[in-house]
Amino acid sequence: MKKVRHASVIPGFGLSLGYASFYASLIVFIPLAALFAKAFTLTWAEFWSTVLDPQAVASYRLSLGAAFIGALINLVFGFVVAWVLVRYQFFGKRIVDALVDLPFALPTAVAGIALTTLYAPQGWIGQWLTPLGIKVAYAPLGVVVALTFIGLPFVVRTLQPVLEELEKEVEEAAASLGASRWNTFQRILLPALLPALLTGFALAFARAVGEYGSVVFISGNMPFRTEITPLLIVTKLEQYNYAGAAALAVVLLVFSFVLLLLINLLQYWASKRAGA
Amino acid sequence: MFKTFSKIALVVSLVTSSLAFAQQEVKLLNVSYDPTRELYVDFNRAFAEHWQKTNNQKVTVSQSHGGAGKQARAVIDGLAADVVTLALAYDIDAIHEEAGLIPKDWQARLPHNSSPYTSTIVFLVRKGNPKNIKDWDDLVKPGIEVITPNPKTSGGARWNYLAAWAFAKKKLGSDEKAREFVAQLYKNVPVLDSGARGSTTTFAQRGIGDVFLSWENEAFLAEKEFGKGTFEIVVPSLSILAEPPVTIVDKNVDKHGTRKVAEAYLEFLYSKTGQDLAGKHFYRPRDPEIAAKYAKQFVDVKLVTIDEEFGGWQKAQREHFNDGGIFDAIYKPGR
Repeated sequence: MKKVRHASVIPGFGLSLGYASFYASLIVFIPLAALFAKAFTLTWAEFWSTVLDPQAVASYRLSLGAAFIGALINLVFGFVVAWVLVRYQFFGKRIVDALVDLPFALPTAVAGIALTTLYAPQGWIGQWLTPLGIKVAYAPLGVVVALTFIGLPFVVRTLQPVLEELEKEVEEAAASLGASRWNTFQRILLPALLPALLTGFALAFARAVGEYGSVVFISGNMPFRTEITPLLIVTKLEQYNYAGAAALAVVLLVFSFVLLLLINLLQYWASKRAGA
Repeated sequence: MFKTFSKIALVVSLVTSSLAFAQQEVKLLNVSYDPTRELYVDFNRAFAEHWQKTNNQKVTVSQSHGGAGKQARAVIDGLAADVVTLALAYDIDAIHEEAGLIPKDWQARLPHNSSPYTSTIVFLVRKGNPKNIKDWDDLVKPGIEVITPNPKTSGGARWNYLAAWAFAKKKLGSDEKAREFVAQLYKNVPVLDSGARGSTTTFAQRGIGDVFLSWENEAFLAEKEFGKGTFEIVVPSLSILAEPPVTIVDKNVDKHGTRKVAEAYLEFLYSKTGQDLAGKHFYRPRDPEIAAKYAKQFVDVKLVTIDEEFGGWQKAQREHFNDGGIFDAIYKPGR
């Protein structure tokens, strides 16, 4: 009848759960609740006219769309970077590894100004793109570039530990059993990496949706064209319209939350399939 | 025994505290906007000397700079400013309306609408003025690129917009025509930076645009910073009198016990020393004697005021810049 009471390394389920919920409330739930409370000081009619304003709708399209594209780009190229860093030894690897974290450490305004300097029509990169008719700075493409930049570390850093855990021998076994490279990648690597890839994507996306500092420098902030939702939130604050600002924030939150929920479901489904 | 001891203790503590009061250092926090940084560094030093001499007390003034709207919100949300020196009366009005930290009639408390120095909006063009830009009319011509920040996020940009409006209304005669003029002008704006410093970078470092609408003092600073001969200042035929106002924050100074020194600080802005420093940092002084000294620096230009032309900041903000206002209508698609 004697039950094993020491199921976990850290003792005190009650205490740690209590602490966890207290901490989560303090850091996350209370500010979010305050945000929702502020947004719903508006009447329903005011709320809807604020969040469905054509200018606001245009900004959601840009903010969510550019964040999604940026996260997709990072999914592919972040994977490549992580793969190279884990599987190969080369000169300067430590430096490249450290560079990946730079978008975390750099103040976003600095990142925005640096990217604009590069991609402006007379910038180092921009001067070569302008004759080809490609406009990056002061165009929606610039927003994608900035959001890709800030999202990169999320994908790389979530993939790296998983890749390190993967045993090369499994791939070799697959190859020796006659699997093509593509087959090995698709059947062996991808299922094992899928949860980490999804997490990385979700983190990069969520981070990009709320990004303000770097985007406002490169986007040009033209209403209906290159105006992101966080900028509209700031313009509402400039009018001391706190409730209106909170309403737009609620919209972004709901969109992000639904997307993160979908990704979690996908992950659940993927891990179940992998386990079966 | 205990009673005598407590009496002595009381006397001792009273004496020490009053001694401490005489020499205790007093601290002020001045919450200001972006372009005043250099001015207040000099001014704070001058005021500290003045206060030491007249009141035998050391005073340290801390500075906080940022966009005017953001700074006003910080004060509303509890940043313990003793004085605020912001770009627009509108932002200081908000401190009264949103937080009640100052009385409604704050702007009548000091001379000249509580604005010890003024500025105006001028044009900064590239060397030699290649597009031959002389006045506001030239800005609406096809092929001219105008750099100005977004009036929804930048206080300075609102002055630019209103100056253009005032010119058009004087010249073309009606609000309807002025509206068309301003809409045409913003068609020539390729980038709307979120703040004045961002626009300066766009124009000066990215090389975008033919003309940059700027505070006069910022234009002088840009000229100084990037070297004369890189840019030229063009003064239009008519501009707007920008009055950046100052006030003490009553609730905060009463809590800190700093009312007397905070009031003296603002009054010192109106003194010969304060006015001279304003002139040195390219703000137009109010004092006629000091203004005469800097007359060579500032071109004489016809200036209209917000109160006469637009019925005050509250009204101008509501009609032009709030959501659904005229500025938003300019960018509605299908126009």
